[in-house]
Amino acid sequence: MKNEGITRDYSCEYFNPDIETMSRRQIEALQLERLQDTVRHCMNSEFYRKRFEEAGLKPEDIQSLDDLRKIPFTTKQDLRDTYPFGMASVPLEQCTRLHSSSGTTGNPTVILHTDKDIDEWANQVARNLWMVGLRPDDVFQNSSGYGMFTGGLGFQNGAEKMGMLTVPAAAGNSLRQIKFIKDFGTTAIHAVPSYLTRLKEVMDKEGVDPHKDTKLRVFAIGAEPHSEEQRKRIEEMFGVKAYNSFGMSEMCGPGVGFECKEQNGLHFWEDYYIVEIVDPETLEPVPDGEIGELVLTTLRREAMPLLRYRTRDLTRVLGRSCPCGRNHVRIDRMKGRSDDMMVLKGVNIFPIQIEKILMQFPELASNYLITLTTDEDNDNMTVEVELEELFTDDYQRLVALTKNIQRALKDEILLTPHVKLVPKGSLPQSEGKAVRVVDKRKVYQ
Amino acid sequence: MTIKQLSIFIENKGGTLINVLDILSKGGIQIIASTVADTQDYGIYRVLCDQPTRAFLMLREAGINVQLSDVIALSIDDEPGRAAQAISTLSQVGVSILYMYSFLWKGKGVLVLRAQPAEKAQEVITIQKLAYLTEIDFA
Repeated sequence: MKNEGITRDYSCEYFNPDIETMSRRQIEALQLERLQDTVRHCMNSEFYRKRFEEAGLKPEDIQSLDDLRKIPFTTKQDLRDTYPFGMASVPLEQCTRLHSSSGTTGNPTVILHTDKDIDEWANQVARNLWMVGLRPDDVFQNSSGYGMFTGGLGFQNGAEKMGMLTVPAAAGNSLRQIKFIKDFGTTAIHAVPSYLTRLKEVMDKEGVDPHKDTKLRVFAIGAEPHSEEQRKRIEEMFGVKAYNSFGMSEMCGPGVGFECKEQNGLHFWEDYYIVEIVDPETLEPVPDGEIGELVLTTLRREAMPLLRYRTRDLTRVLGRSCPCGRNHVRIDRMKGRSDDMMVLKGVNIFPIQIEKILMQFPELASNYLITLTTDEDNDNMTVEVELEELFTDDYQRLVALTKNIQRALKDEILLTPHVKLVPKGSLPQSEGKAVRVVDKRKVYQ
Repeated sequence: MTIKQLSIFIENKGGTLINVLDILSKGGIQIIASTVADTQDYGIYRVLCDQPTRAFLMLREAGINVQLSDVIALSIDDEPGRAAQAISTLSQVGVSILYMYSFLWKGKGVLVLRAQPAEKAQEVITIQKLAYLTEIDFA
């Protein structure tokens, strides 16, 4: 995929100059054209054909961008209900890639890609990396999980498409990461922010000074919520610029939105997506600047276009122009979730997953509380759970129970929480919907 | 041979112990000996009292995590070396002690212990004719 034989002008700030510098009017004209194409194409999907029929809607009814609001929302539940291939808009034989979420809260969700989808996805990532000043003579180390997690292959393909030497280092093994950084002259890393903090700890222990001993200059960080303060700390720690990345597997993966050098919001690529911010209760659009739920419509996807997909992420529009010359909408960093999903160390966790495990232990009562805290720069989870009956007065057996719960939770959520047994009736009782999660992390404050 | 002890699960936080003591006090329960085993997150409060079954029901009624455990109360002379003697008798036959606490009762030393295996402990106490207390002694 490398560079596709195109000789690029390193001094040009844009990877796709024509698209990136479009005026608002040009962007909107392109969006309408692509929306109409997408809606027509969606009629190849059993799911959307039925959806449109039920809504009494025809593809021809979409005559303006405002008409988008006639189209019903698509939700994660729809993806689960049509698992695995019910939403595809092309025959399966035209698909070349599948990504899937863990599916621990019911059916997993499957996202299909054609060759062209993969290429368009790589183009978005390449555009982002170019935007923050990376060029084909940079060395890009992708320290993100590979496999089903889209941060691996997504950045791999994008960095390759941009023309960089790309190191698929994958997550973990900090000593090896540091060796690669030094030996290969790595200039850019993609990782979850909490991992970079961890990497710095190991560097300190090994006596490696990122300023003197490495060529690092750019970080792409994303896949877990982090505050501006956390970003600044990472930048100061390493003396490296860190740019916020937004992606979600439903859209493709990373690449959907990315900060430019201004670091004042993430440009969402409006030639690929229509961005709406709606009130999560009324589902009506909110004015620019007001926080609401991010809703995305894909404009270029072949295998599985999604119309008005409710991301559940809360954010706001910061502006539609930028000193960098791009008029693609600027979106604030994510402010939270409109559902109860927690994002911890890049892992998506729903309380129901925790509950399911706790219920397997007859020693435990049904009341529990999950508390998320930030300790230094690490996110931690504490699960307090009430003991049903004191089944023993042997301390060792209580410790063994705690360990068994911890192990079962780790198998489910891939993180090891602190588990605390508490007496029955000691957790706060709430009227109606129980409060299961207390998020004390700095990120949302 | 065994006597009933209350084992109460309490949280490591202010006010939880007094809550339990209040319930016992209102029920007219006389505490004879007690000990708190603490860990980072919670404690087990172990209590010998004059009416263990009644106290157990009262605590359970109040929603407290409580258990009645069978423990052995060895009676020893209040002299140096007696505890060592008693424990070594158990130890020699492979009985181990999960936990133990002691107090003075009517001029005698009392060793309250949970032994494992319990049957073997009772067997050796019978054979070696070690003195022990029963619930009647505290009632």
